[in-house]
Amino acid sequence: MSHLDELENQSVYIFREAYKHFKNLCMLWSIGKDSTVMLWLARKAFFGHVPFPLVHIDTSYKIPVMIEYRDKLARQWGLEMVVGQNRAALAAGMNHTRGRLVCCRALKTDALINTLSGAWPRKRMGPDGEYREELDGEAFTGVIVGARADEEGSRAKERYFSPRDHNSDWDVSDQPPELWNQFKTDFAPGTHVRIHPLLDWTEINIWEYIEKENIPIIDLYFDKGSGKRYRSIGCETCTGMIESPARNPAEIITELRLTNIPERAGRAQDQEDTYAMEKLRREGYM
Amino acid sequence: MAHETMNVVIVGHVDHGKSTLVGRLLADTGTLGEGKLEKVQEVCRQQGKVFEYAFLLDALEEEQGQGITIDSARVFFRTALRDYIIIDAPGHIEFLKNMVSGAARAEAAVLLIDANEGVRENSRRHGYLLSVLGIKQIVVAVNKIDLVDYDEKVFRDIVAEYREFLAEIDIEPRHFVPVSAREGDFVATRSERLAWFDGPTILEAVDGFTKQAPESELPLRLPVQDVFKFNERGDDRRIVVGRVEAGTLRPGERVLFSPSNKVSTISTIEAWQADAPSSVGAGNSVGITLSEQIYIRRGEIMSHLHAPPQVSTKLRANLFWLSKKPMQPGKRYKLKLTTAETEVTIDEIHRILDASNLDASLTKNQVERHDVADLVLRTRVPIAFDLTAEVETTGRFVIVDEYDIAGGGIVREVVSDRLEQRRLESRIREIEWVRGDISPEQRAHYAGHPASMVMLTGATGTGKHRIGRALESALVHRGHRAYLLDGKNVVLGVDADLAFDDIEELVRSFGEVAHLLLDAGNLVISTTNVIGLSDHLAIKTQIAPFDMFVVHLGPEAEGLPEGADMRLDPNPDGPHDREVNQITAELRERGRLLMQSK
Repeated sequence: MSHLDELENQSVYIFREAYKHFKNLCMLWSIGKDSTVMLWLARKAFFGHVPFPLVHIDTSYKIPVMIEYRDKLARQWGLEMVVGQNRAALAAGMNHTRGRLVCCRALKTDALINTLSGAWPRKRMGPDGEYREELDGEAFTGVIVGARADEEGSRAKERYFSPRDHNSDWDVSDQPPELWNQFKTDFAPGTHVRIHPLLDWTEINIWEYIEKENIPIIDLYFDKGSGKRYRSIGCETCTGMIESPARNPAEIITELRLTNIPERAGRAQDQEDTYAMEKLRREGYM
Repeated sequence: MAHETMNVVIVGHVDHGKSTLVGRLLADTGTLGEGKLEKVQEVCRQQGKVFEYAFLLDALEEEQGQGITIDSARVFFRTALRDYIIIDAPGHIEFLKNMVSGAARAEAAVLLIDANEGVRENSRRHGYLLSVLGIKQIVVAVNKIDLVDYDEKVFRDIVAEYREFLAEIDIEPRHFVPVSAREGDFVATRSERLAWFDGPTILEAVDGFTKQAPESELPLRLPVQDVFKFNERGDDRRIVVGRVEAGTLRPGERVLFSPSNKVSTISTIEAWQADAPSSVGAGNSVGITLSEQIYIRRGEIMSHLHAPPQVSTKLRANLFWLSKKPMQPGKRYKLKLTTAETEVTIDEIHRILDASNLDASLTKNQVERHDVADLVLRTRVPIAFDLTAEVETTGRFVIVDEYDIAGGGIVREVVSDRLEQRRLESRIREIEWVRGDISPEQRAHYAGHPASMVMLTGATGTGKHRIGRALESALVHRGHRAYLLDGKNVVLGVDADLAFDDIEELVRSFGEVAHLLLDAGNLVISTTNVIGLSDHLAIKTQIAPFDMFVVHLGPEAEGLPEGADMRLDPNPDGPHDREVNQITAELRERGRLLMQSK
C-alpha cells in the first residue's frame, strides 16, 4: 500500500468515526488546498455525499475569487454551506492595521467560535443555491478541521480528536490519551471536539493527492504568467505571493522537494510573535 | 509518487535527551526549514538561554520555559531510503499518557538511555509499554556518551543490564548504539571518538527497520464501523463500512457477523471516483453491499464462515492505566475494542505490577495510575474479539472513564463464560442451516415484519401473560404473523420425556422451538412465566441471529433492568390497549414491524 493510500484510508476512517459519533457535525472549509482535499476525502468516505454542513468564516478581506470559487463548487457538488462573519467588528472598521493578531482574533477566532456555537446569526445555503439568514442555529459539537502536523510546532502536538472546553480553549498541556484509532468521542455538555483527518499529511502529500485525484483546486496556487503564485491563501491583506513559475501540481511537487522555506512564510500573522500560532490555537483559532 | 513512510517513536526517561536526538537528526540531515535553526537560536539569545537542539521540537511556550517535552510532537524528515514521521515522546512520568499516545502510532522505536545516569525507571516502564503496544522493532541509543568520556565499559555495562530487563518482556533490540546527540557522534555520522564501536549510526539503524506489510494473510476481520443509507440524497445503496483489520475480502464470499451470528454474502465493493477493486486487503477503509439484507450493527466483526473471531463476556488482559482516578473493582467503565463499545467491570485481578521494575504488588486491590495489571474483564453483553497474539488489531482495547480514555490493554486469553457452549451451538447451527428458496426478506415482505421475538419479563402478577395475549390478537388481526409461544406448551410436548428439574435442557429446547418458529418468519411473543425463564438472556443467545425485544413490566422505581429494551407499568387487570400500542409503536420505531401489512 502506498503512503498516499495509507493517508487516505486513515482520513476516511476518521471521517466515518466523526459522522457516527457527532450528531451536530460540521467541517471548516477555508477554500484553501488542504480543506479542499479534505472535502474530496469526505466525498470518498461517504460515496460522493457530504452529509454535514461546511462552515466558512468570511473575514471580508478574502481574495475575491475565493468566494466565487466557494459558491460555484458548493452549487455544483450540492454542499450545505454555512457562512459566518464578525459583522460588529467589521462595522467598527476592524482591519489588519490595528495589529494582525488583534485582527485575526476578531475576524477569525471570535467569528468562528460564535458561528460554531450558533450565538451569532449565520448564512446558510439552501438546496436552491441561495444564502439565507439563519438565526438561533444549533451549536456544532464536532468540528472537522484541516490542520496538518507539519505546518508549525503547536499543530504537531494535536490529537486526531481534540477537545475544546466551553470557552473553545485548547488545554494543550493536558490532552486526553489517544491510541489504536480509539478517539475522544465522549464529551461533556457545552464542550466540543475538533477533528483532524489531515494531521499526518504533509504539504507535499497534499499536492501529490491533488495530482493523483485531479482535484479542482482554486487556481491562486498556480502561476498564470506573472512568475508568482500563492503557496498558502487567506486574507488578501496578509498573504503574500511567492516567486515561482509552477503552473500545476506536478511542478509544485518538484519545487517543494527542493525548498527549505516554511509554508506559512507568506502569512504575516505568524511572524508577529514567537508563539503567535500557539496562542491563537489555544483560543480556538483553526 | 509518495515515498515509503515510517512512523518511529523516540522514548526514554526524562532528560535522557530524546528531543536533542531528534533535533540533531533534523539538523544533520538538512531537513530543517530554512532559517529555523537561526530563528530558534535567536529566540534563545533574546531569552538569555543556552541554545539546545531540543528547542527545535519543544514548540510550546510552556515546554521551552520548563525545558521538558509535554506532548508528543510529530516531526517529518527524509533519508535516501524513505520518509519518516518521528514522534518525540515525553519522558516525564507526568506525561505518560502522551508518551503512550505517541508510541501507539509508531511502527518502530528508539529507546534512549543516558550513559551517565544508566537505566532508570522510565527506561524500563517505556520498554514495557512498547511491548504491550506491540512495537517489536527497537533500537537502543545509549546517549550522552561524551559525559562518560566515550568509555566503552560504561556502554557495555548498560547494554548488559538493559538487555536482561528487555529479555523478561520479550523484547530483543536490533542494536545498542553509543551516541552523543549534543556532539553529533553516531547520530547521522560516525565518530573517531567511538572508534571502538563497529555498529551502525542511529540513522543507519533506523533505515534498517523494515516496513511491516498489512496483515492480509490472516483471517478476515472487518469490524463494522457504520451502515450507510443516503436515501434522502437519492442513493438507495445500503453500504456496510469499516476498515479491514486483517485478511482479504472479495465479492461473492459468504460472511459471518459476530456476535450476532448473522450470515450473508458480499455482493459488491463500493468506491467513489475509482474503479471498484476485485479484492480488498488489510489496512483499507472499505464499503461493501450484501446480497441478503440483514440487520447488523456497528461493533460486529465480519469474518469468513469458518474462521470467526472469539465471542465472550470475559477476557483476560494485560492492561495499563493512565488516569488519575484508579480503576476499581465494581465500578462500571466503557470498553472500546475496534468499533465495539460495551459496559465493562473488573471480574478478577490476577496481578498488579509496577512497570518500572516488574515487581508485583501484594497489597493493591485497585489499578492505580501508571500501574499495569493482569486481570479478567467482564462485559455487559458478549463482544467479538481476537487474542492479540493471533490478530493484533482486534485484540486490543481501551477503557473509557467518564469522557476520556483512562487505560488500554491487550487480550491474552478468552475466559469461558456460562453461555459459551450455547453460543458455539448457535453459530454452527446458523452456518449449517438448510433453507428453502424463500429468503427471510421475502417472508418479511409478506408478513409485514422480519422474524423477531418479543419477550415479556417482570414479577409475578404484573400482567405478562395478558399483555402477551392482547399483543398477539392485535397483530394477527392486523394481518401479521404473530404467535404466542407459551413455555408450558413446550414442556407438555417436546419436553414430555425430560425430568421436570432439568432446567437447563428445558430452557434449551424452548429456545430451539422458538428458533424454528422464527425461521418460519413469525413474530414470536413469549413471557418468562411458565418454566421460570429467569434467564431469558440464554434464550437471546440461542435464537441468534434473530433479535429479542425485551419488554419489562414493573414500577418506575425498578428502572430499566439489564438487557431490557423498554419498561411499562400496566394495570394487571387491563385493559391493555395502551400497552399494546406502546409496544407496537416501539417495534415500528426499531424496524421490527414494517408499515405495510396485507
